[in-house]
Amino acid sequence: MAVSRRPFAPMRNLNAKVAAVPMIVTVFVVFVGCTLWTVIYSFTSSRSLPTLDFVGMDQYVRLFRTSRWTVSLKNLAIFGILSLTFSLVLGFILAALMDQKVRFENTFRTIFLYPHALSFIVTGLVWQWILTPAYGVQKVVRDLGFETFNFPILTDGRFTIYAIVIAGLWQGTGLVMALMLAGLRNIDDEIWKAARVDGIPAWKTYLFIIIPMMRPVFITTLVIISATIVKVYDLVVALSNGGPGISSEVPAKYVYDFMFSRGNLGQGLAASTIMLTTVLIILVPWAMLEFRPEKRRGGGSK
Amino acid sequence: MSSSLASFEPRGRRPKRLMSPASIMIYSVLFVAAIYYLIPLYVMVMTSLKGMPEIRIGNIFSPPVEVTFQPWATAWNSACTGLYCEGIKVGFFNSMKILVPSVILSIIIASVNGYALSNWRFKGSELFFTALIFGAFIPYQVMLYPLVIITRQLGIFGTLTGVIVIHTIFGMPILTLLFRNYFVSLPPELFKAARVDGAGFWRIFLQIMLPMSLPIFVVAVILQVTGIWNDFLFGVIFAGTKNFPMTVQLNNIVNSTQGVKEYNVNMAATILTGAVPLLVYFFSGKYFVRGIAAGAVKG
Repeated sequence: MAVSRRPFAPMRNLNAKVAAVPMIVTVFVVFVGCTLWTVIYSFTSSRSLPTLDFVGMDQYVRLFRTSRWTVSLKNLAIFGILSLTFSLVLGFILAALMDQKVRFENTFRTIFLYPHALSFIVTGLVWQWILTPAYGVQKVVRDLGFETFNFPILTDGRFTIYAIVIAGLWQGTGLVMALMLAGLRNIDDEIWKAARVDGIPAWKTYLFIIIPMMRPVFITTLVIISATIVKVYDLVVALSNGGPGISSEVPAKYVYDFMFSRGNLGQGLAASTIMLTTVLIILVPWAMLEFRPEKRRGGGSK
Repeated sequence: MSSSLASFEPRGRRPKRLMSPASIMIYSVLFVAAIYYLIPLYVMVMTSLKGMPEIRIGNIFSPPVEVTFQPWATAWNSACTGLYCEGIKVGFFNSMKILVPSVILSIIIASVNGYALSNWRFKGSELFFTALIFGAFIPYQVMLYPLVIITRQLGIFGTLTGVIVIHTIFGMPILTLLFRNYFVSLPPELFKAARVDGAGFWRIFLQIMLPMSLPIFVVAVILQVTGIWNDFLFGVIFAGTKNFPMTVQLNNIVNSTQGVKEYNVNMAATILTGAVPLLVYFFSGKYFVRGIAAGAVKG
């Protein structure tokens, strides 16, 4: 369908619009439509089937009275804060070390990043095996002669969420390192030269010049990790399945279980609406910062 | 920690002397970190090569005294997921059946979409694009149930088609971003010259843009292959029991409560499930990094 003359606006728009139909449908039906549906039905008494019997905030009140939900929220907070802090700090340190013109940089990067290619299920199952008291770390240390060594991270509910943090960090820090390394490589060499001329030690240059310059990289990384943290699900299912008891439950698992196994739709929808709210609390300030000055087109590419 | 390390270096990061105290410390930290990262892989492989008696008396870190490949055969052929004992191979082929069409469909749709958004903008196209990117941040859990209703109405719930459509939908934001940014970065003169010569939307896409964009297609394929292969949530909900992907089957095998736990078989099955994305990763190197970095580059 070659067009021989310079086409007029309607024709041109038609092709592009046809190409964009899947996007438009996705935005309207899935992102807007499904989200609105969920928010609206979270105010109803829906159980195994959705009904439009509005009960106000009842589902939310019940939600926050359910200990499993409050435990889930607490776990998400622990997991979120620890994962964010450690992955950003460790990721940056690794990146800064890799940026010292080290040999075998590619080998190191391959090693740090390979867990990111694995699924959360694989990650969770490996760490479950390594941390199993009867065979894993606890037994290894006891075999070394420390017979009273206790490491009940999977069997004592107070600690299980930390096992999930460890597994999550193993899987995710490589990504942060890669993003930080890309950020460091984008820093102009002139900055380093100037700092050197002024006799500023390298650690001070990092702390007071480079890190502030990398603010956008840090913020973008933060937003991306936060969004994945809120969604954490498969990792928990594989590693501990929320146990022992309810001690390592997380919100996404609450949603799934109440929607698909317990036939208590209203609870699942209310819980997922809270998840959405959490993401919005992270996202909206970022978006307002990021998109305040209009810089479309050419803004992203150097 | 990095600060105290780096302070040993008098002149920033330039010098390349290998054996200075600073570089010794840098290498030892990197080395220790690398070992930590490799331990799980090592433990998986070692466990999968041992017999159960050896696992019970031994230590997860010790290499097998007697190497056996039986756990691998069992994992592939006859490991049990609850009722059925047909091994992880069922999941492998299911994952393949989900993966191939999902990757092709999502990339075709997103590449054309990205092209339209970069060279053929129309009124509102930027708005839709922004909405698409923000949609990527909505937790899937929020959209799950309505999507179950929609797919059920369309008669594709619990089928391969259903899960393929879902993967195509949720792959769209990141892929569109990837393609749009790539097409925007191409010299606009190319596009203009083709327009002057009278080429239209599809012709420019097929004859000018496509031949130039092989690298970005490679990145997109890697991104989708690893992403879709590693998916659990969509597979468990939308694929239906007989189409469960490998991740779901793996979890059912390892975390099933019936019978004696065969840790060696479990680890063999885990490696087999991780093998596809790992191979993709090891053979694609910088393309993989570009793919994950794409998510961090603002559009």
